[in-house]
Amino acid sequence: MSLTNENIQKALIGNFGMKVSEFHQSHDILTLEVQADALYEVIRFLKEDTAMNFNFLTDVCGVHYPDYEESRQFAVVYHLHNWFENVRIRIKTYLKASQPEVDSIVTLYPGANWQERETYDFYGIQFKGHPQLKRILNMDEMQSFPLRKEFPLEDQGRTDKDDRFFGRTGPNC
Amino acid sequence: MSDLLLTPENRFQKQIEARLKEDGVELSILNLGPTHPATHGIFQNILLMDGEKILDGEGTVGYIHRAFEKIAENRPFYQINVLTDRLNYCSSPINNTGWWMTVEKALGIEIPKRVQYLRVIIMELARIADHIICSSVMGVDTGALTGFLYVMQYREKIYEIYEEICGARLTTNMGRIGGFEREWSPKAFQKIDEFLNEFPAVWTEFENMLTRNRIFMDRTIGAGAVSAEMAMSYGFTGPNLRAAGIDYDVRVAQPYCSYEDFEFDIPVGQNGDCYDRFVVRNAEVWESIKIIRQALEKMPEGPYHADVPDYYLPPKEDVYENMEALIYHFKIVMGEIPVPNTEVYNAVEGGNGELGFYLITNGSRTPYRLHFRRPCFIYYQAYNEIVKGQSLSDAIITLSSMNVIAGELDC
Repeated sequence: MSLTNENIQKALIGNFGMKVSEFHQSHDILTLEVQADALYEVIRFLKEDTAMNFNFLTDVCGVHYPDYEESRQFAVVYHLHNWFENVRIRIKTYLKASQPEVDSIVTLYPGANWQERETYDFYGIQFKGHPQLKRILNMDEMQSFPLRKEFPLEDQGRTDKDDRFFGRTGPNC
Repeated sequence: MSDLLLTPENRFQKQIEARLKEDGVELSILNLGPTHPATHGIFQNILLMDGEKILDGEGTVGYIHRAFEKIAENRPFYQINVLTDRLNYCSSPINNTGWWMTVEKALGIEIPKRVQYLRVIIMELARIADHIICSSVMGVDTGALTGFLYVMQYREKIYEIYEEICGARLTTNMGRIGGFEREWSPKAFQKIDEFLNEFPAVWTEFENMLTRNRIFMDRTIGAGAVSAEMAMSYGFTGPNLRAAGIDYDVRVAQPYCSYEDFEFDIPVGQNGDCYDRFVVRNAEVWESIKIIRQALEKMPEGPYHADVPDYYLPPKEDVYENMEALIYHFKIVMGEIPVPNTEVYNAVEGGNGELGFYLITNGSRTPYRLHFRRPCFIYYQAYNEIVKGQSLSDAIITLSSMNVIAGELDC
């Protein structure tokens, strides 16, 4: 049986009901939205179910949507890949701004370790159950999360070296 | 608080004290890097050693993190190309082309066949340049400097080809949305022909010198072995994955740029050790040569860029005399190009594996979010797991055989 979008959608809705939604084809990848509390189970199902067999975690990254409602201001995007049938899938889960938190999938894919650390480093998204959730590319002393939209970039038109022009007014180093 | 959250020095200090109490053995901490000739880039590994043997280690990365993803959110698409140059700087044209293809996918631009073939040629040349470095540096790290200097001449020839095509050598900034900035000169084709005539003999010599060399084999066989399961679960792609025996290659799995038109094999290894990685890379060089030859042979007629006036700059002479051309010129330079509201993921087979670009646009002149899937960053996390229990000299050769490029790692 070949793995089609309809099969994936049917299986996911059959198993998770309202927790999965917004199925659509975005260019060449089937994209869906998963509620944060079901994320671990959905990914485990996609990995371990013999029909789904998404054996490879391609990518994990975060997105910040400050203009969205409070419960959807952060997103974590997972790209999975089934190498046997050569099918990709994109899973988006939205998190609330006050406490962005989602289950870690390191136990399913050890390769998620650094990618989740990177997402934490830049967005401040907490991954529950991550063995070593600390900063990776930025310095440990840093207090803010630089890929959030409110974090300013250095002013290109600066005329001197006043720190205020570098977005360094707070304790951000 | 878990011990893993401590700084590695403090964590290892605890282990040293515990071991000293237990049986009086004195362990030590070794800083491998951040700047050390054997790390080939700026990253640090803090290792806990028992004499020559590595008991534990932790990689600290980020020494050349340049916030490309943040910068990209504030730049129009054509200015992001220069950022991609600086990811894997050993094979910039692959990154450039991968980026243009991502943008073209988001904008829905069809690329003429000839441009695709030209892109294949330049990407395969870049792959050869990348593998030349990695394989010959493995020779250096096992004590054979000669091969490195010998094949480096041919990387120089590849750089001369880049120069002929785009004017730059290392950070190429090659191409535009829809194709190339100018027609490839006859001299560029002539240089490619020269390269294809001379290089195979040299590469054969290089392989003869190392592949069955007793010293080299003793140093690399069995060192830094990665099983297929481990490689897959840690997100390995590219030659490192194929050395472990899995034949996943983006060029074949999801052909882009007409790769489906060419006949080539995917070399795979068996044990996933340093030697297999070396052999797989060397074999890939031959496959790349094969692809370039086929592309030159089958090269179709046609333009060197797609006909997309909204995105591709008009010829400069027209801008002075033709109203329409002036308008397009102005709009493109000011970043006022029509952009849909979309999300794309596009992957190319980079020198080190699947190089992916995840682009979210919201109709404005800059990406809303751009994430680079850097193969190095993902597989390098397995490094300390791999070298655990090995000797220090094996750790060095493992590092160079994995071809970790700091620019790509830190992004």
